[in-house]
Formats: sequence, C-alpha cells, structure tokens
Amino acid sequence: MSAIFPKWTNRLPLMIICGLLLTGSAVIAGVWYYFTPEYTRAGYQPVQPVAFSHNIHAGQLGMDCRYCHTGVEKSWFSNIPASSTCMNCHNQVLKDDPKLALVRESAASGKPIPWVQIHRVPDFVYFNHSVHVNRGVSCVECHGRIDQMDEVYHAKSFSMSFCLECHRNPAAKLRPLEKITDLGWKQPSVEAQHAFGTQALEHWKVESLQNCSACHR
Amino acid sequence: MASTDKTMALPETPAELERIPLVSNQRSIGWISDQVCAIMEGKLPMWWWAAFIPSLMLLCLLGTMLVYQVTTGVGVWGNRHPVMWGWDIINFVWWIGIGHAGTLISAILFLLRQKWRTAVNRASEAMTIFAVMCAGIYPALHVGRVWYDWWLFPIPNSNGIWPQFRSPLMWDVFAVSTYFTVSVLFWYMGLIPDLAVMRDRCTTKVRQFFYGLFSLGWTGSNRHWRNYEKAYLILAGVSTPLVLSVHSIVSLDFAVSQLPGWHTTIFPPYFVAGAVFSGFGMVLTLLVPLRSMFKLEDVITMRHIDIMCKVTLATGSIVGYAYGMEFFIAWYSGNPSEQFHFLNRAFGPYQWGWIMMMSCNTLVPQLFWFKKFRQNLKYVFIISILVNIGMWFERFVIIVIGLHRDFLPSNWAYFKPTWVDICTFLGTFGLFFTLFLLFLRFLPMIAISEVKGVTPQADPHHPLGGAKPKNNGH
Repeated sequence: MSAIFPKWTNRLPLMIICGLLLTGSAVIAGVWYYFTPEYTRAGYQPVQPVAFSHNIHAGQLGMDCRYCHTGVEKSWFSNIPASSTCMNCHNQVLKDDPKLALVRESAASGKPIPWVQIHRVPDFVYFNHSVHVNRGVSCVECHGRIDQMDEVYHAKSFSMSFCLECHRNPAAKLRPLEKITDLGWKQPSVEAQHAFGTQALEHWKVESLQNCSACHR
Repeated sequence: MASTDKTMALPETPAELERIPLVSNQRSIGWISDQVCAIMEGKLPMWWWAAFIPSLMLLCLLGTMLVYQVTTGVGVWGNRHPVMWGWDIINFVWWIGIGHAGTLISAILFLLRQKWRTAVNRASEAMTIFAVMCAGIYPALHVGRVWYDWWLFPIPNSNGIWPQFRSPLMWDVFAVSTYFTVSVLFWYMGLIPDLAVMRDRCTTKVRQFFYGLFSLGWTGSNRHWRNYEKAYLILAGVSTPLVLSVHSIVSLDFAVSQLPGWHTTIFPPYFVAGAVFSGFGMVLTLLVPLRSMFKLEDVITMRHIDIMCKVTLATGSIVGYAYGMEFFIAWYSGNPSEQFHFLNRAFGPYQWGWIMMMSCNTLVPQLFWFKKFRQNLKYVFIISILVNIGMWFERFVIIVIGLHRDFLPSNWAYFKPTWVDICTFLGTFGLFFTLFLLFLRFLPMIAISEVKGVTPQADPHHPLGGAKPKNNGH
C-alpha cells in the first residue's frame, strides 16, 4: 500500500489532542472570567451629572442612608432624593459653589437631575427593598461600602448565585435593625453572628424563599 | 465395531432442514466487495438524484422553518393550552423510536450471535443516527430560546442552580445524548475496516485522503483485527442497555406525570417494544427498495426480510397487547378519570387518530403471520410504511388525546397543528433522507467484512467450507 500521508502525520493526533485541550481550557477559562456578571456588571461606574460624593456625606459627615433614600423601608423601590432634599443643607452650605449649579437649577425649576442608575435588576426579577431592610439585611450586603466611595460604582455582581448565596444561608448576614445603615458594622465574631442570625431568623420569621416564583413572578 | 465404515459416513441433511445461507447464489468474497463498493464507485443512478434533490429542498424548508420559529417565537407552533405538547414532542418521540432498530440490530443481535444482522446493521445504524438527529431538533427548539439550550446540561453557572435532576426530562437529555454518542462510535468503529477497503480501491486523491484519514491506518493485520473485535464486543455491551434505557426514559417523560393515560407502569416496556417495532418498520421501508436498486438481493436475502418481518410482528403484537391492557386497567382500576380518558380515546373527537393507530399497529402487522405476506416485497413495503404511520398516530393519541380534555371541562379544546408544525415535520424528512442518501453514496451501506464472515464458504465447518460448490460432495 502506497503511503497516502507522509510520516510526520503520525504525530498529528497527539498535536490535535494537545491543541484541543489547550483551546478548550482557554475557552472555558475565558467564559468563566468574562461571561459572568462578576465581570460584566461589577465595577460599572458611569459619570454622574453632579459629582456627588457618598464618601463625604455618608462617610465623613455620618449621614444616615435614609435621610435621602427615604422610601427604602416602605417601598420595593429605594428612591433617589429630590433636589430639594439637597437644598435642605446646601441653601446654607457651599451655596455658591459652581459644582452645585445643576442642583440649584433643578431645585428652582423642579426639573430632576438626570442621575444615571447603577444598580438595577433585570425586568424578570422582582426585588423588594423594604422586605430586606426590615428583616436585618444591611445596604452593604448588596451595595458594598458606599460610604467609602467618592462616586458610586457597582460593587457586587448581582448574579443569581449572589442572591442565592444569602437566601440559602441568611443567618450569616442578618444584623440588628438599628445597624442596617451602619455599613462598617460587624458582629465581633463569627460565633456571635451565627448566634444572632439564627435567633433573628426565627424571631423575625425570615422566609428567605428559594422557589423560582419568589423573584421571577 | 464391524460397522465402523458405515457410521463414519455422515447422513445427508434433508433438504428441508438445510438452513438458507445468509449470502445466496454462492457469491464469492470478491463479488461482495465489488457489489457493495460499486454503489460508491459507479455512476450515480438517476433515482438517486430524483430522491436527493427533493430531500435537499425539504432540508432547506426545515432550515427556513427553524429560523422562522427561533426569530418569531415558539408560538408559531400549534402548542396551545391545554395541549402544551403538540407535534414537537410527537415527532421527537416518533423519530427517536425509529432510531431504536439500529442499535438493537448492531448490539443486542450481535451479543445473541444473530449472524443475519451483518447484512442490515450498517444501514440501520446510519438510520438510527440520522433519526436521532431529527429527533434532537425538537427538544432543542421547543424550549423557545435556543441560546439557553446549554441549561439542559449540568454546567456550573453564575445562576447558582442546577437542572432538576428529579425530572425525567433531565434524564432524557442524558439518555438521548449518550445514545447518540455511543451509536456514532459504534457505527464508526464498524466502518473502519470497510473504509480501508475503500481507501485501497479508490482512484482519486480526494477520496484517498478522506478514506485514508478515517480508516485510521487500518492494515488488516492480525493485531488490528484482535483489537477491533474486542472493541466491537465492548461497544456492543455498552450499547445493549442503552437500547432499553432510552425509550424507557422517553416513556417516563409521560409516566412520571400524574395524568390519566400517561401515569402507567406499563409505559417503559410498551414504549421500547413500540420503538423497536417502528425501527424495524423503517429499516424495511429503506432496505426493501434499496436491495433491488443496488442489486443486493444476494446479500439482503428474502430470509433477512422474513426475519425482520417476524420481529415486526412480535413487537407489533406486544404493542397491541399494551393497548388492550391500558383499556383493561382503566376498567379494572375503577378510576373514573382513567376510564373517562380511555373512553374519550376511543370515542372522543380524536377517534380517527385512535382508529389509525389501532389498525396500523395492531391489525396490519398480523398479516406477517402468513409467509405469503412476508415473502411479497410489495406487501412488506406497504405494511412497513403503515407501521410507521401507525406509530406516529400512537404518539399523537398519547399526547394530544392525553392533554386535550383534562380535569376541568372548561379547559377542553381541540388541538390543531399550524402550517409551521407541518412544514417542520416534512423538513425533518429532508434532513433524514439527505443524510441517508449521502451515506449511501459515500460509505459502504453493507458491512463488507462482516458479510464475508458469514458466507457459507467462510465457515470451515460448514458443508460448503472452503468454497466448495454444493454439488461437489463433501
């Protein structure tokens, strides 16, 4: 039988297998890293119309989150404050600062400042702020250390596994209700967290639903 | 002691006890190679083109329908409340059922040493693979958003969830994909020696390249054959449980649900029998015309046809028994929902579907009790087609009649397919026949080396051993 293939082709299968293994691993690693919300959503930081610093307001001045986001305990939606809320202080403080020009203009005209929304869940997900903050889930669990951010960015991934991580083990996250907006607060030890979490789970009747229609209604 | 001379001489076997040889007319080994390879080497016959061009057009129709379905939505099909499983699942089960004969012939009959399988196994394995491909389209497309099909498989994902392992639909994914993979491997393994034959015979560079590539350097050495036989035996062993598991699991898609007419323990064996029944129907539909078109009457002999008709008769009778038993249990259980379902099956608005199923599946195959029908190719061909029509209606009866009148009469409705349903189904025939016709042209449709092994002259213990013509004494 005459040779159809030259001799070096005997090495081809090995080379192809090695090549496929390498390409396969690269594709899997690439998808793993780049195709999840961990990459596609975390770190999102749009430029806002006013360079509002949460670090100064919530961090250094120690303002409570709920001073501005008033609806968070009562509504599924955590509202962006109206410009008039800003003017409560800024009609006295830095009242001629050019950086606040847009705020003053907005408060005068009643036309809202076009803030860019950073944290959002898809249309097919139902999320209720009030039910979380009233059952000991702090702002920090989803939004990160807002009080340390000059301009807010998307700190967590907001993937479904991110939600489920807490829904599957809420005792590890629940905290006293008065510490909800204290973003830097932590239980002194893991045991203390566990003890409090388990107790809170029972006393507050936390359901922590995991069925599909809890969120996908 | 004195009569030693007399006892040493073997008595002549009476003619009526003689087994009909598996290759008739004492065809030589070279003739088998030539005759099978001629299909791939000779000029393409006109009928091939006459079959291929319409098949290709139907395949294009399938492509168009699938693009239309994906871009528009799953609502273009007729699946409507309360019949949420319509033609998609009917056709899925129908095609996957057809895909059962191939592996049964190649694996189970191999383990049972049924030598007649060698003439038909290659073509029926090809049929199996192409039928499973046609079947696979439906589950992949009926989810609506095909780009999420990977959710069918347990792949770690950022949703932090797994598929529902307790659902038979999940088992179905594993069963069908395993079945397809093993069938392809088995088919390809068996092809290797024949691909080497083609490599050594062909004259063009392109053919040499491809046959050479896929015959994996087969030389026919003793060591190659030893490994080949071992691997073939192992694959036959692996495939054997799959023949039974795939359609059992398909039946569990129904039987695990709590619906009258579906929730029965008889489903797994009844579905497997039905699958083998329809598979053999399809094998007969394909091979009866092919054997005469390719002048292979001496390889796929009337004995082969006869045996396959008997398998069809046996499995058809099992299916008929199951139909009867379903009615018996409906009465015997005293369950009013079950009784209503079966009365509705026989006398409801879809009575025509039930009559088609009963006549094609239980009555028609009974003709195979008679040798006259088994030996008349026209009857065999027509009956084999009726078997497949009947088996399509069986799935129609189970799915549509099972769903269209559920527990609340206000839900009742009359299911109708849409034109997209019909065109998609026709399109799957395009896919099937395009692939099958290409297979006929480019791959040996008879397992050349295996058929050579079952010729009378290949068996040294056979009276014809050593290729002696029969009237030459032995």
